[in-house]
Order: sequence, then structure tokens, then C-alpha cells
Amino acid sequence: MPDVSMTVNGRAVRGTVEGRTLLVEYLREHLHLTGTHVGCDTTQCGACVVHVDGLAVKSCTMLALECKGSAVTTIEGLAPHGAPLHPMQVAFGEHHALQCGYCTSGMVMMAVDIARRLGEADEATIRDELKGNICRCTGYHNIVKAIVAGATAMAAERE
Amino acid sequence: MRDFDYHWASSLDEARRLGAEEGAAFLAGGQTLLRDLKHHRRTPTSLVKISGVLPREIDLRDGGITIGAGATHAEIAVSEVVRERLPALAGLAGHIGDPAVRHRATLGGAVVAHEVAGDYPPACLALGATVHTTDRDLAAAEFFAGPGRTALEPGEIVTAVTFPVPAKAAYVKFLNPAARYAMAGVFVALAADGRPRLAVAAARADGAFRWREAEAALAATFVGDALREVRMPLDGLAEDLFADAAYRGRLAEVLARRAVSLANGAAPGVAVFSHGSPLRVGVAR
Repeated sequence: MPDVSMTVNGRAVRGTVEGRTLLVEYLREHLHLTGTHVGCDTTQCGACVVHVDGLAVKSCTMLALECKGSAVTTIEGLAPHGAPLHPMQVAFGEHHALQCGYCTSGMVMMAVDIARRLGEADEATIRDELKGNICRCTGYHNIVKAIVAGATAMAAERE
Repeated sequence: MRDFDYHWASSLDEARRLGAEEGAAFLAGGQTLLRDLKHHRRTPTSLVKISGVLPREIDLRDGGITIGAGATHAEIAVSEVVRERLPALAGLAGHIGDPAVRHRATLGGAVVAHEVAGDYPPACLALGATVHTTDRDLAAAEFFAGPGRTALEPGEIVTAVTFPVPAKAAYVKFLNPAARYAMAGVFVALAADGRPRLAVAAARADGAFRWREAEAALAATFVGDALREVRMPLDGLAEDLFADAAYRGRLAEVLARRAVSLANGAAPGVAVFSHGSPLRVGVAR
């Protein structure tokens, strides 16, 4: 089987995978990073969103082998272990932006990506940007509020 | 998904050689191909990863914008030159799929996939684009050969697409309420030489097509009302649980008028409609 090597949450990892092994399968089943979820497996729901080289991608629609040499960040790597949570994670907690939590890791990773690309975006823009992240509990209102707050906190941190 | 051999091409020549082998398929951003592999719609025995060897530059020269096949939708959507000179195309790219998909999906992959509901095929047809491959240059009308098919030979790779900069252009689409791809989309362009071209996506089962009757009406006057009496022939229109042929035809007629009005407006670009209200009007960020 082919070799794969990449950086995941700042740590160099290597192993062997099948050609068809999806990035999300590699993260969950080989590295046991089960914070990244699989909701649909058809690129629609966004539960599997991670960052590859700084950009949000759907890890169910990327092969592990495509990440050769890349830096991958999952929800586990957003804040270092033992350190305070990332501002976006704090905002999701404060604004009650989750109920069952299944979509949450993907939502948070997407939210961080939105804030990095667009800064303090307005609500309508955030709703549009969440087109590829599905939540079946919250009705999105609190998620949008959390992203507005999280983006503001990220901007304040940058200053 | 069936397993396959995986090759990371280190040059276009190597990619052509590996891709010409029996059972091989090229992998760019993978946002269409991986779906097809999961559904066993395609069962290649080897994948040749070409993202690393595809050009991705965006250049304005000789009245056209040439975009490397490896450029992602996200890169095209935020390109200054595309936003300034061809805002309809920037807006189109910025409304394909969702942000995570746009970070991976490429222009080359999208034109080669040639999906019936794809957004780039009508843009290529209406703008009179040229598709550049490792072997030749093809007019868009020659390149697209029925849904999911193109004129590409085994081992031949799309390297770039040139879009002539029009005097005016706009793209308007109406989204499927569930999957959010276009149920119908209309790209209209008034070429620099004054010729109107109008292409329709997702309406016909056999792929995007130029609507010649609408073009003839627009040649007289390039205003939305010029299309008021032009009817979309129902023959060959796609039908599914979301829209029968009559509804889709009517949708295309309405979208065509709106596209022309948008192209004539102060901020031409893209408009995306869904059941109820416009989602987004204007150029994507």
C-alpha cells in the first residue's frame, strides 16, 4: 500500500493507506481523531470540514494521499491541548450554538475559515457561506450569532 | 469505492503518459470525480493526480482572460482581473457549491466533468471561450460533446481556458431546493463586436446549449423585454420531481430576461434565486 505523510495538528504523521482511503477515514480510523464527523459522505453536510494548508475542505471528498506534504488542522488542533479554547469555540458555547453537537466540529472549522477570509462578515454573508454546513437541530440562528461574535473576537485578537 | 493505484504526476508529460493507460483517470480537485467513484459511476484502476502540474495563473491579454485549469473556483472568484473585467464569471465561480468545495474544485475539472447542471459550460458557450489542452485549442462548442463527455482523447489534459472579455455579461441561476445546484441557469453576453450570445444550463437533459431564437431577438435590441415573446421549445427539456419540462422552460425564459437586465444594469454579475427570494445578487466576495 502507498505511503502517506503529512502534518496533522502540528505533528508529523506517516503511515500506509489504500489509494481509496478518504482523508476523513485516515483522520478517524488511523489517527483516532474522531472529532471530525461523517454526516453524509456526499459533500453536502459539512460535518467533516477540516483545514488543509489553511483552507476549509470537506475531508470526505479528498483522498488521504492528496494531503502528502500538507498541513491539516482538525477540531482537536484548533486550540492546543490544555490551552484555552479558540475564540470561535468559546463563542459557540456562549451563544448556545449547538444542541446535539454532531455538526459542530465542521461548523466551527468552517466558521474559523469564514472569519479568516472575510473578517467581520454580516449575518447575510455568514448564512450564505454556511450553504455547505447542515445543522438539523438549531435552526442556525445561534450558529450565525456565534460566528459573528467569534469573528469579532478573532479580529480583536489579531490587533 | 473500489481501490485504485494512485500516481502523483510530477510533469505534464508524465501525466499524459500515465493518463493514456487503460483504466486511468485524471484527478484534479476531485469534487466531481470522488463523488462518481463513491457511487461506482466510474471505476478507474488508476488515478493520476495532476493538480501539481496544471497551470493556475490568471492573465489578461489580447482582450481575453486566460485562466489556468488548476485555478480553483475560490481563486477565480477573488481574482482582481476577473472581478473587474468579467464580473459575471467571478460571481459564477463564487456561487458554485459551497466555500469548502470551491477551495478544492478547479476550472479544468469543472469543464471536463461537463455536468448537465454545471455553471461553467454555459459561460464558455456564451462567451465564446477557447479550451486549451496539451494537444490543441478547441472552441467551447467543439469541446463539449454531450453530458459528461468532451472531445478529449485519452491522455489529453485541459491546461487553460480563454474567455474573451465581453462588453456586457451576466449569469442568473435558480437553485434546486434540495441539492442547491442549478435547476436552470442562463449566461448572456454581448461580445465586444456587438454580437449577443445566450446559453442555458441544466434545462436540457443533453447539457448546456445556445438558445439561438433568444440570440436573434437580442441582436435587434439587447434588452430583457426583447425576449418577452420568445418561447423555449419544450422538446428535450429535462424533467424530474422538482420541475417538469413546461416549468423548466418557463424558468429558462424568465431567467433569460433577468440575465439581460442584469447585464445592462449598473452592477452586472451574477444573481442566484431560489424558491421565495434572491439569495445573492452581485459579484461574490
